[in-house]
Amino acid sequence: MTFWVLQILNGISFGMLLFLLAAGLSLIYGLLKILNLTHGSFYLLGGYVGLVVVHATGSFILAVLIGSLAIALIGIVMERVFLRRFHLQEMPQVLLTFGFLFIFSDFAILMWGADPQTMPKPELFGSSIQIGPFVYPSYRLFIIGFGLVVAALLWWLQEGTRFGAMIRAGVDDEETARAMGINVSLLFTLVFALGAFLAALGGVMGGPIFGVYPGADFEILLLGFVVVIIGGLGSLKGALAGGLLVGLLDNFGKVFFPEFALFTIFAPMVVILAVRPTGLFGRE
Amino acid sequence: MSTLVVEAVSRNFGGVQALSDVSLAVEPGERRLIIGPNGAGKTTLFNMLSGAFAVSGGRIILLDRDITHLPPYERAKMGLARTFQITNLFPHLTVLENVLLALQAMDDTAFSLLRSMRANDHLFRAAGALLDSWGLTAIADQAAKDISYGEKRQVDVILGMAMQPKVLLLDEPTAGLSAAEVVRVVGMIRSLPRDVTILMIEHDMDVAFELADRITVLHQGRLIAEGDRDAIRNNPQVNEIYLGAE
Amino acid sequence: MTGPLPWRALAAISVVAVSISLALPYLLTPYYLGLVVKMIIFALFAMSFDLLIGYTGMASLGHAAYFGIAAYATGLLALRLEWNVWLALPAGVLIAAITAALFGLLALRARGSYFLMITLALSQVLWGVAFGWRSLTGGEDGLPDVPRPDLGLPWSLADDTPFYYFVVFIVGVGTLLLIRIVSSPFGHALRGIRESETRMLALGYNVWRYKFVAFVLAGTFAGLAGCLYVYLNRYVSPGYVHVVMSAEVLLMVVLGGAGTLFGPAIGAVLFVWLENMISSYTERWLMLLGLVYVLVGMFAPNGLTGLVRDLLNRRTGS
Repeated sequence: MTFWVLQILNGISFGMLLFLLAAGLSLIYGLLKILNLTHGSFYLLGGYVGLVVVHATGSFILAVLIGSLAIALIGIVMERVFLRRFHLQEMPQVLLTFGFLFIFSDFAILMWGADPQTMPKPELFGSSIQIGPFVYPSYRLFIIGFGLVVAALLWWLQEGTRFGAMIRAGVDDEETARAMGINVSLLFTLVFALGAFLAALGGVMGGPIFGVYPGADFEILLLGFVVVIIGGLGSLKGALAGGLLVGLLDNFGKVFFPEFALFTIFAPMVVILAVRPTGLFGRE
Repeated sequence: MSTLVVEAVSRNFGGVQALSDVSLAVEPGERRLIIGPNGAGKTTLFNMLSGAFAVSGGRIILLDRDITHLPPYERAKMGLARTFQITNLFPHLTVLENVLLALQAMDDTAFSLLRSMRANDHLFRAAGALLDSWGLTAIADQAAKDISYGEKRQVDVILGMAMQPKVLLLDEPTAGLSAAEVVRVVGMIRSLPRDVTILMIEHDMDVAFELADRITVLHQGRLIAEGDRDAIRNNPQVNEIYLGAE
Repeated sequence: MTGPLPWRALAAISVVAVSISLALPYLLTPYYLGLVVKMIIFALFAMSFDLLIGYTGMASLGHAAYFGIAAYATGLLALRLEWNVWLALPAGVLIAAITAALFGLLALRARGSYFLMITLALSQVLWGVAFGWRSLTGGEDGLPDVPRPDLGLPWSLADDTPFYYFVVFIVGVGTLLLIRIVSSPFGHALRGIRESETRMLALGYNVWRYKFVAFVLAGTFAGLAGCLYVYLNRYVSPGYVHVVMSAEVLLMVVLGGAGTLFGPAIGAVLFVWLENMISSYTERWLMLLGLVYVLVGMFAPNGLTGLVRDLLNRRTGS
């Protein structure tokens, strides 16, 4: 019994990180119609920058803030300088985002070496706590709570603010949104930056549990894609539902079939494709 | 038996009622003109007839067969052809290759993997003859994206006619054409044999009244009038829509 | 007009190419001959991908799946079961075809960006299996010591020159088949699908069926390349199915010019040569590769043949 509860909590906490990644991916795709292959790099770099800050200042909060903001800045540069001119052109976008994925991947090895590194947990959540009969790392519980808060904030942003309304207008019909006076160009940059921010946030938050290591970018990108395939590209609800599902499946897969871990997420992906190809909450 | 029967067909998409409760029946060989102001739902109707859009309610019966849920290519195989309001050609292929594709569709060799295209001499000749009858031989080897707008519209119509359809949906074939080009297109439509049933959307009233056997008028997604030329010309509601819209 | 070069030019080039290729073993050292074999194999791989992306317009990010799974299949059969090449090679190709059929059924349920994601995800799942199933695939270490084919001829394919001719022959046959396919009514229909799916449907073409067959064919020829590659290296590892391999073949096609068959073959040769040269100077191969992607994406999305065509058009003023 204890085993199951612990594994479920493990799966959910990992799922929250996946949600952060997938939410960013979905936001970017929904408005800019870009499938951001560099998204995995944002996660990876977030983790590394966070690690540098923690080693330099000892503050986890600073690591989270600076890590996420720094990568958001990279996102702004990428969008404005490189991706903007290829609006709605799939092939240049694929080539560019692929290119940056490789560049950042190698850059990380160059800067920080090929060995996996660990990030210390924040002191506040450094130990396990007792909930009834269970003992569980408080940090993972923190991640679950944090993820829910971010989900709620994003939902409020999307449905309850003017900013969100502008995004929804831009997603529906860019031409009309422009005609209505919405600064679509600024919106694009902000949303891309937000997406990068979320991915990097996931990378820093995930650091203490999974470490920071080369190859995490490709791994998490794959999982991110599976999440949006299952949940639906462009949907926040889908990112959360898909994230939790994939988090749980990935965790149980690693526990029961370590040699075929990826198969457990393969199966639901196949089912979704067979039954509802645009994902649980996808449009179109 | 009517060639095409549309029964109380409607389309609701994203909260917008594009078409409501439209019914019509077109007789074999008839030239039916569909007119109406912008946004009336004319192209939506065509998209539903050809299968590009799904039907929210009602039925479509072609040649006595319920095609409401039949995929577009099956309807085309039944003999339903269409042209497009926004020119829809194969931009990087030559005009000849465009026409070849249209002719090839009905040929037995359409799925042949190892046969050389050159072996399909009959198709090449037919394509050449078709272009010749339209006076477009000069542009046969130009890429479709490089020809003039008027030429593109004509090629679009040619692609629709090339399959020798039983039912032809022409979506504003004369839009944007010069006076001379309009005459040519109208002449080509006129010359189509009476075993082809034609539905045509037109904005040019002169062309519409010239070609029509019967006219159907749509407005804001509803069918508001239907009849022969005189009936429509004298219909007060129709006049109001068109005069009022000026 | 996109498509293979005019016949006369192609014939002339073929004669020259064949003559040079027959003479190469006497002109190059074994090391460079091996490199040329690699170039030829990747040319086949790139041409197979061109069928999918250049001719049918289906951009996939997981083409390495079929290349790699065929390599593993043939490698395993030759190594563990000691099947000879007459069985192991066709078996590898068949497995690639079956995988492409299964993945195609799934991936073709979607379009556009979904299709991109699904093809990537499917191939990475395969990578996960290759990496994780140590007992079968050797995991991260891969499968070494795969024996060279034994054709029963007096010349052993363990030697460089006979193996070279073996590869040239097979790739030559494969190339002729591909040329035939793209010049057929089927190939013509694929280009129509690339240009306008809606029009093709309106003309009566069962577009899904064409796309599916194109997908399977592309995977099959990729598999053939994979089988040859495992015989060349006498080794297969998870890298053969990794997204980086898929990305590399994508670059080869784009670099050479999609939709020309000939262009991607040149792109492959160029790529292998560049990789070989650059990796002898620096370890930062991946970063430079990324840079090439960015540069090509920004300045030459139509590849070299596109650039050449633009130059020619500018000259003739069209």
